[in-house]
Amino acid sequence: MREIEFNDIVKAVRDIIVHCGTDLPQDTYDALKEAMENEKSPVSKEVIRQILENADIAKDEKRPLCQDTGLAVFFVKVGEDVKVKGGLLKDAINKGTEQGYTDAYLRASTCEPFSRANLKDTVGYNLPAIIHFDIVAGDKIDIEYAAKGGGSENVSRARVFPPAAGKAGIINYVKEVISDAGGNPCPPITVGVGIGGTFEKACISSKHALFRDIGSVNEDEEMAEMEKEILEEINKLGIGAMGMGGTKTALAVHIESNPCHIASLPVSVNVQCHSSRHTHITI
Amino acid sequence: MAQYTLTTPLTSKDTKKLKAGDTVLLNGTLFTARDAAHKRLVALIEKGEELPFDLEGSVIYFVGPTPPKPGDPIGSAGPTTSYRMDSFSPTMLKNGSKGMIGKGKRDQAVKDACVDYDGIYFGATGGAGALLGKQITSAEVIAYPELGPEAVRKITVKDFPVTVINDTYGNDLYQMGRKQYEVKD
Repeated sequence: MREIEFNDIVKAVRDIIVHCGTDLPQDTYDALKEAMENEKSPVSKEVIRQILENADIAKDEKRPLCQDTGLAVFFVKVGEDVKVKGGLLKDAINKGTEQGYTDAYLRASTCEPFSRANLKDTVGYNLPAIIHFDIVAGDKIDIEYAAKGGGSENVSRARVFPPAAGKAGIINYVKEVISDAGGNPCPPITVGVGIGGTFEKACISSKHALFRDIGSVNEDEEMAEMEKEILEEINKLGIGAMGMGGTKTALAVHIESNPCHIASLPVSVNVQCHSSRHTHITI
Repeated sequence: MAQYTLTTPLTSKDTKKLKAGDTVLLNGTLFTARDAAHKRLVALIEKGEELPFDLEGSVIYFVGPTPPKPGDPIGSAGPTTSYRMDSFSPTMLKNGSKGMIGKGKRDQAVKDACVDYDGIYFGATGGAGALLGKQITSAEVIAYPELGPEAVRKITVKDFPVTVINDTYGNDLYQMGRKQYEVKD
């Protein structure tokens, strides 16, 4: 059994949060650059130019990329042969989240659902983090992290279709969700699509799909084809950067597909804004 | 599409020359407010009570900034999604406000209020919080400090870059732009 110190996890989580707050990941930066070069609308081209300039300023001056520094979302794979010494893994991740958000002057955006009271002085600064755990073989802890903003989360949707809806039904649904969203989720977006499983499995899969690097190819050939097809359809909508009209509404579509019940075809669409702040570490 | 440099407070003369798609560099004072602050401001208007700032010619920026780093007036400060202010904005415009800065589409009532009261809805680039925050030279909380990032701030901006989305003639850049680039099979 390998032992990992509680405080080492706190520090590792704190560090990735600080880094993601100000440094746009290379995959996102490159995808935006390519989008700017290929965008046909001069207005949208200028918007993407501002987005890239913003990323340069944020990195050079260590300023948050966006004022919406998100809720902290984690996918954590815990090796069966790991023991955390000195506390619970969940507490370490939350403590690291609080430290990272405080140290980097990021915004505390968690609140009570109805009173809307900010939780920074009660539960903790931008706490609780949203953590999805999985148990795997091995003696390591694998942490995927993303800062998830509210604007793009607000346009996300899920629906359980009858099986007969098939691929065509799913493609139409994704297109409808993105069309209705317009400029609200801060395009150029990344679209996460979760297919199959149960209702909640589809939702979690659509979220996890957003953690994949933009530009990476789906290992499942059929899904890779479907991603291409949906991306093409979305970019025909004409929404453009920040909804100003253009040819680059989405940078990528990522699909995660799961086996499902014989009676249902669940689908979830989770949208990520252009500031796709995500990273991955192994401890 | 024209380019303008304007200083607040704005007048009807200023707003009537703007057309959807024009770009504007704003200078002067802006007031920040999101939904929680709007709810309180509109309640004051309805009760006929005094507001924490003069609405006449004012431009409201929909933003909840990050905390400032030591020595800075404000942190990152890009626009938030505007539809959450749709139910409040017509009252603000009716009572003298001339402009709003946010991101994302507005409902018909807001667009109509822009026509009726010479108001402009400006779009700023969402997610460009570091870039936009740098154009803010001073910031002061003037109301509702308990709302944290959602408090009302009086901010001074220099060449703050915005685009006209909804003008005083009923035009909508989101609809115009999308129509131009939509590909129909």
